[in-house]
Amino acid sequence: MADRRYTKDHEWIEINGAVGTVGITNYAQEQLGDVVFVELPPAGKKLTKGGEAAVVESVKAASEVYSPVSGEVVESNAELAKNPAMVNTAAETTGWFVKVKVADAKEVSGLMDAAAYKKFVDGLH
Amino acid sequence: MKPDTTSGNRGLDLEEPLLFELSRPGRTGVDLPEAAKVASHLGGLDREGSIGLAGVSEPEVIRHFVRISRNNYSIDANLYPLGSCTMKHNPRLNEKMARLPGFGDVHPLQPESTVQGALELIHTLGHWLKTLTGMPAVAMPPAAGAHGELCGMMAIRAAHEAKGDTKRTRVLIPESAHGTNPATAAQCGFTVDPIPGNDRGRVDLAAVRAKLGPDVAGIMLTNPNTLGLFENDVIQVAEAIHSVGGYFYADGANFNAIVGKARPGDMGVDAIHINLHKTFSTPHGGGGPGSGPVAFSKALAPYAPLPMILEDGGRFHLIEHRGDKGEPGEKSFGRMRTYNGQMGMFVRALSYMMSHGSDGLRQVAEDAVLSANYIMASCKDDLTSPYPGPCMHEALFDDRFLEGTGVTTLDFAKAMIDEGYHPMTVYFPLVVHGAMLTEPTETESKESVDRFIHVLRTLARRAKSGDAQFFKNAPRYSPRRRVDETAAARNPILRWTPPAPKAQAAE
Repeated sequence: MADRRYTKDHEWIEINGAVGTVGITNYAQEQLGDVVFVELPPAGKKLTKGGEAAVVESVKAASEVYSPVSGEVVESNAELAKNPAMVNTAAETTGWFVKVKVADAKEVSGLMDAAAYKKFVDGLH
Repeated sequence: MKPDTTSGNRGLDLEEPLLFELSRPGRTGVDLPEAAKVASHLGGLDREGSIGLAGVSEPEVIRHFVRISRNNYSIDANLYPLGSCTMKHNPRLNEKMARLPGFGDVHPLQPESTVQGALELIHTLGHWLKTLTGMPAVAMPPAAGAHGELCGMMAIRAAHEAKGDTKRTRVLIPESAHGTNPATAAQCGFTVDPIPGNDRGRVDLAAVRAKLGPDVAGIMLTNPNTLGLFENDVIQVAEAIHSVGGYFYADGANFNAIVGKARPGDMGVDAIHINLHKTFSTPHGGGGPGSGPVAFSKALAPYAPLPMILEDGGRFHLIEHRGDKGEPGEKSFGRMRTYNGQMGMFVRALSYMMSHGSDGLRQVAEDAVLSANYIMASCKDDLTSPYPGPCMHEALFDDRFLEGTGVTTLDFAKAMIDEGYHPMTVYFPLVVHGAMLTEPTETESKESVDRFIHVLRTLARRAKSGDAQFFKNAPRYSPRRRVDETAAARNPILRWTPPAPKAQAAE
C-alpha cells in the first residue's frame, strides 16, 4: 500500500511518485454529518500547506479542507463535485478531493502515520 | 403523516396549498374592463405566454396568507431562545413613535431644512451610542451587523493606507468570533489568521502575542464572545494589537450583555458595531431590517463613512461628500450605501433608550445575564456545559449529556418544536461539540423561563431514559413532520413548476 499520512485537521494524503491524493478522514466525515456540497479548486491552483484547499458543506456547517502540503493541483475529483455524498460513503477511497503535485516531499514525512493519527483521534473526547 | 380527518385539516391547523396550486385561469380579485383591441407597436416583441401570476380571488388571497401566517414562530408568540440573535420583546411604544408623522413619512431626498427633526433624532441617537460605548465618533449608515463590520474594517484599511502602509495583509480572528468576522476580513482583502481559545473558552492571549507582526492590520474580537463568555483579557489584547500598529475591531453583536455596565472605549476598542435590532430591541428576523451603526476611536474617526451629520448652532447638516483639506469628511473612506441609514430603526432604538434611561439600560444587561445564568444553573444536573459559569447573556450547552443515548443535538432541537419552542441555536459555535446556544433575553418573566427550563430538563431525562425513538420521530405536532434536511440540501427544489397538462382521455 502506498504511503498514507494524516493531519491534525483530519485530512489524509497518499503519495504516488510526485503526486499526492488528498481527502478527509472517516472521522472527519462522521463529525460533519451528511455532506451536501463540495467546492474543489481548479487544476493549476497553487496550494500552501495549511491553507484552504476546498470547502465542504454539511447539514451542520461549512468547513474548510486544508492542504496537507504545498503544491499545485493537478486534478480535482469531478465525481465528488457531482455527488458530494461520496464524502460520507467513501471518504478514504473514491471520495478523494484533489491530487496535488507535491512541492516538498519533506512536508509529507512531517505528517502523522496511520498509528499516530489513530492515537490522536482516540485522544479527542 | 396525514391527520385522520376527511379535510386533511387538524382542527385549527388548516392545511394550505401553495398560492399557485390555488390558481384558476381567469380568476382575479379586481374587475377590469376588457382591454380595447389596438394595433401592437411592439414590433413583434409582444408577450406570447402567461406571466405566471396566480389567479385567485380576494377572499382566497386573504385566507391563504392568514393560514400560512399561523405557521410562523415569533417573539410575539413565545420565548425565542435563538442564541446569538437576541430575540427580545419589541416594545410597542417604539412602533408608535416610528409611525408619528414626520418620522414615518420622511423621504431621504427631502431638503435638509424640512427634516431638521429627523436629523436631530439621528444625531441624538449617535450621542447615546457614543456615550454608551465611551467612544468619540459614530457612523450611522450601516444597514446591519455584518455591514457594520465591513464599515469598521474599511475604516481600518483606510487608516493604514493613509499612512502609506499597504503591507498589512493579516487580520487575527479568534475561533470564538462570530462567523461573519472572517467573511468581513476576507471581503476587505485581508487574510484571516485564526486564534485558538484557551480551556476557559476565552481567546488565548499568548497565541495572540505569538501571531503579532508588522503585517497585522488588526484583530476582530467578539466580546462577550459566542460562547457567552466575557473576554477578560480584552485590555491586554488591545495593548498587544496596538503595540504593532494594528487596530482593534470589536464585534458588538453581544453588546446587550454589557450595555450600561462596561464601555468598549475603555477596553481599547477602535471600532465596534452595535446591532440596534438586538441590543436596542428593534424588530428583526423577518420583522424588520437590521441596523448596525459603528462607534469609532479617535484614531479611526477621520475615516468614518459618509454621509455624516454635523451640528452647527442648533442646525443639522448632512455631509455627503468628502471635504477639502481640513473640512469634515476629508479622510472618509466614502459612501457604503444609498441614503443615510435605517430611519425607522433609529426612531425605535432611541425610543427604547429614552424610555429605559441609563439605569434601565443597565438593568437590561443585568437581567439578560441573570436569565441566562438562571437557565445554566437550573439545568446543571441534567444538561452539560463545556465551560463552567457564570456566563453572560447566553447559556451554552454541549452534547455530552446525550452521549450513549442515541439522541443527537438535532433530535433534541426537533423535540423542542413539539414543546412549542423555536429551538435554540444548534451546532454553533463550531468549537463546541453538538452546541446548543440558548439566549432567553431579559424580557421573559421568571414563570416563562421556568417553563422553558422544565422542558429542557424533562427532555434531557427522557433522552437518558433510553427513549431515543421519541426524539427520532419528533416533531410530531408541527404542520410538517421531520424534514429530510440532507435530501433538501442535495436536491433543492427552488421554484414551483406547473404540473404537466393531463393527457386527454381517449374517447
